Amino acid sequence: MLRHLCVLVCLAALTLIPGKAETPAVIAIRNARIVTVSGPVIAQGTVVVRNGLIEAVGETITPPADAWIIDGAGLTVYPGLIDSLSTLGLSDAAPMGAPSPSGRRGGGPPSSSSSSGPATPPARGPEDRPLNTSYLLAADQLAANDRRIEAARNAGFTSAVTFPNRNIFSGQGAVINLAGERPGNMVVHSPAGMFLTLRTAGFTAGYPGSLLGVIAYIRQIYLDAALYKEAKQIYAAHPVGNRRPDYDKHLEGVLAAPRILLPASSPKDIERMLRFGQELKQETILYGLHEGYRATPLLKQYNGKALVDLRWPEKSRDADPEQTDSLRTLELRDKAPSTAAELHKAGVPFAFYAGALAQPTDVSRAVKKAIDAGLAPGDAIRALTLSPAEIFGVADRLGSIEKGKIANLIVTTGDLFQDRTRIKYVLVDGVKYEPAPPQPAPPSEATR
Amino acid sequence: MKALLLLTASVLSAAPPIVIQNATVLTVTKGSFKGSVVVQDGKIKEAGEKVMIPPGAQIIDASGQFIMPGIIDAHSHIAADSINESSVSVSSMVGIEDVLDPEAISIYRALAGGVTTVNVLHGSANAIGGKCVVIKTRWGKDREGILFEGAKPGIKFALGENPKRQGMSASTRTPGGPQYLRYPGTRMGVEDVIRQAFNDAKIYQAEWKTYNGRKARGETVIPPKRDLKLDALVEILEGKRLVHAHCYRADEILMLLRVADEFGFKIKTLQHVLEGYKVAKEIKEHGAGASTFSDWWAYKVEAFDAIPYNAAIMVKKGILVSLNSDSGELMRRLNTEAGKTMKYGGLTETEALSLITINPARQLDIDERVGSIEPGKDADLVIYDKHPLSSFAKVQKVLIDGSVYFDRDRDITERQQRELRKKQLLEKEKQSQPQQKKNAAPTRRLQ
Repeated sequence: MLRHLCVLVCLAALTLIPGKAETPAVIAIRNARIVTVSGPVIAQGTVVVRNGLIEAVGETITPPADAWIIDGAGLTVYPGLIDSLSTLGLSDAAPMGAPSPSGRRGGGPPSSSSSSGPATPPARGPEDRPLNTSYLLAADQLAANDRRIEAARNAGFTSAVTFPNRNIFSGQGAVINLAGERPGNMVVHSPAGMFLTLRTAGFTAGYPGSLLGVIAYIRQIYLDAALYKEAKQIYAAHPVGNRRPDYDKHLEGVLAAPRILLPASSPKDIERMLRFGQELKQETILYGLHEGYRATPLLKQYNGKALVDLRWPEKSRDADPEQTDSLRTLELRDKAPSTAAELHKAGVPFAFYAGALAQPTDVSRAVKKAIDAGLAPGDAIRALTLSPAEIFGVADRLGSIEKGKIANLIVTTGDLFQDRTRIKYVLVDGVKYEPAPPQPAPPSEATR
Repeated sequence: MKALLLLTASVLSAAPPIVIQNATVLTVTKGSFKGSVVVQDGKIKEAGEKVMIPPGAQIIDASGQFIMPGIIDAHSHIAADSINESSVSVSSMVGIEDVLDPEAISIYRALAGGVTTVNVLHGSANAIGGKCVVIKTRWGKDREGILFEGAKPGIKFALGENPKRQGMSASTRTPGGPQYLRYPGTRMGVEDVIRQAFNDAKIYQAEWKTYNGRKARGETVIPPKRDLKLDALVEILEGKRLVHAHCYRADEILMLLRVADEFGFKIKTLQHVLEGYKVAKEIKEHGAGASTFSDWWAYKVEAFDAIPYNAAIMVKKGILVSLNSDSGELMRRLNTEAGKTMKYGGLTETEALSLITINPARQLDIDERVGSIEPGKDADLVIYDKHPLSSFAKVQKVLIDGSVYFDRDRDITERQQRELRKKQLLEKEKQSQPQQKKNAAPTRRLQ
């Protein structure tokens, strides 16, 4: 009874006056199964959250006197999930899909700028810095009112690594928490890396017009950036007698990025991009990876890191029923979900991302496919918690239930990724959210 | 990467020697005879009427069949994910090597047509195009594994209609309207673009020389910009990169040869060169090779003066001539393309075969390694059931570096296996579909 009352009061506090200041500063979840991820599972224990941080976790913790108690009997506590590649909070970005096959036109979401107007002449070379917004910081672009944030949170996501994704040099990502009144509350870490796509300006629409050009362009930009850095250093030490180097925001952005993200799905793309990352002397994370199950030795060889798109390839719903796909395509659709298990076996660091999944709740179903294809459930959870935190260098703050880490937690009625499991509470920065009960079935297609 | 190379090397040396017996051997450079070819450690060890059979050798009986060197296609666009960087008139910053696709099915098809070495060229949308790469059709190997190791890098040039097309006012696809047409729009402009580019390259070369000199004297200087576009042109000036120039008309051929002479570099091959027969003397003087089609003409305005005798006439004028495909389809039957030069121009059998073997090898500077059946050369061999210059000939086996990469019988067996596997996968997908439909997120095209 007391528990219920407590919950009600909490809820009231949340709904009436949203915001951190009004939530209980101390929460203790007791008698719950705790999946810490970083250590062994605690069959029955307590987590104490104070001022947005995890104060204590263990079997024999006594909840402090000032704590709001949640009785966790029959419930499981996990670290909040992290979507390792998203555009959450960035209203201008396109959904994060799988990279399209290289060489085909595109290789990324459509540009917002190239479509209309006679305004700008087509780029005539790398010196025009086409499709380069390397200086954009996701942290500066965040909108706390992005409606997708709540949907993701309801599905158990408490953090995301979010990137602008419109250009070849799209800009720099940020690790954000998926709640906050102001964008500034949400940012955990910035910059998290440079998001690169292989999209082109299109045939006859200016440089680069092909995959060939995109690769040469990226290479030239990194050469320019290296020179820019050297020139600035030399000039700073010897301003007299040397011509001052021009300021270039496109190169500033490139130099500020701690790592780069490159798209790759097939083994040839994976090899190409790993080699490219090495040539550019950048720490490289690949994203996509649907055919990664065939390329684990390569990833191992290059010490590659991988973000695996959870939107597994499917037969197109508009496909001609008379036409069968190639053996290669059929194999890909059959084996793509085994990529995660193969990466794990090979010891390649990897994390999942929700990609262009229609609903964040589809994540559970997609992860289940990876589990069915050989990934241990515990490793699946790791790929959505501690692994992305490690890949983006925030494992000291996020990704597991440990003392001192940010209190991003989810409390469920059972094992994650099981059909009947529901997420009861989501804590972000120690603030408790209760996902709305499952919505009634949407009206049938016919009525739309 | 090194480990990978070592691995292949050790695999090769571990493979038993192969002796192909009782065949008609068409060596191309050393005559033809009935006899055997011995392959060891990836190389041709011996070829003759009587040979020493090494102990433990695997014997391939080729009674009544024909062996020739692997076919070399000096002009192709297979095995790459991207061909044309057409946005600019000088695209020497891009390179096919960046976009190779070792899993492209076109490699296997070329292999099945007896092609073992391919010059993969950039497209022809620019006066100075992208960098090219020579590969072997080692189907099943990764990118590293298909590269023709040690082959000199090349670059594509293009003259005439293609590089000027985007500069003509008829072009409606220019974004932003006609004021943004891409220069050049005429053949004069193409020449100007090439001149300007090499002028820039010489200035760039000098800039770096000055910088390196000042730096060597211990001065503090900000280095000049590295420019990938000009780097490639400097390599041409220094003779480190072979120029393969797409051209049709006699006038533009002469133009290019003069510009090259003026700037002090060589045109290694003229590609297509359909009016080469008109200026054979000048081509010979410059020392350029010619890589042409057998009998295509009139498919575009600049191909109206083409004649099927072109290859034969140029051969007789002493030019190094090859026949190329420029097409993943034609590539599979270059042998019959070569045969046509016997009808049109009366080349000998050996001369005809040279056009697709030793001559393209010389044009790509890889004739030390491939292009004929001679001891010490790479064991790149094609076994045909009939004389390869006959249109009835079918490729039976293809060896590259002494390994069998194509085997007609194996192909036929594998086809059935693949069909079976496909059926299984389709069945599996079908079974999982009803459930999938129920669970999958609703698809709404409009939201």
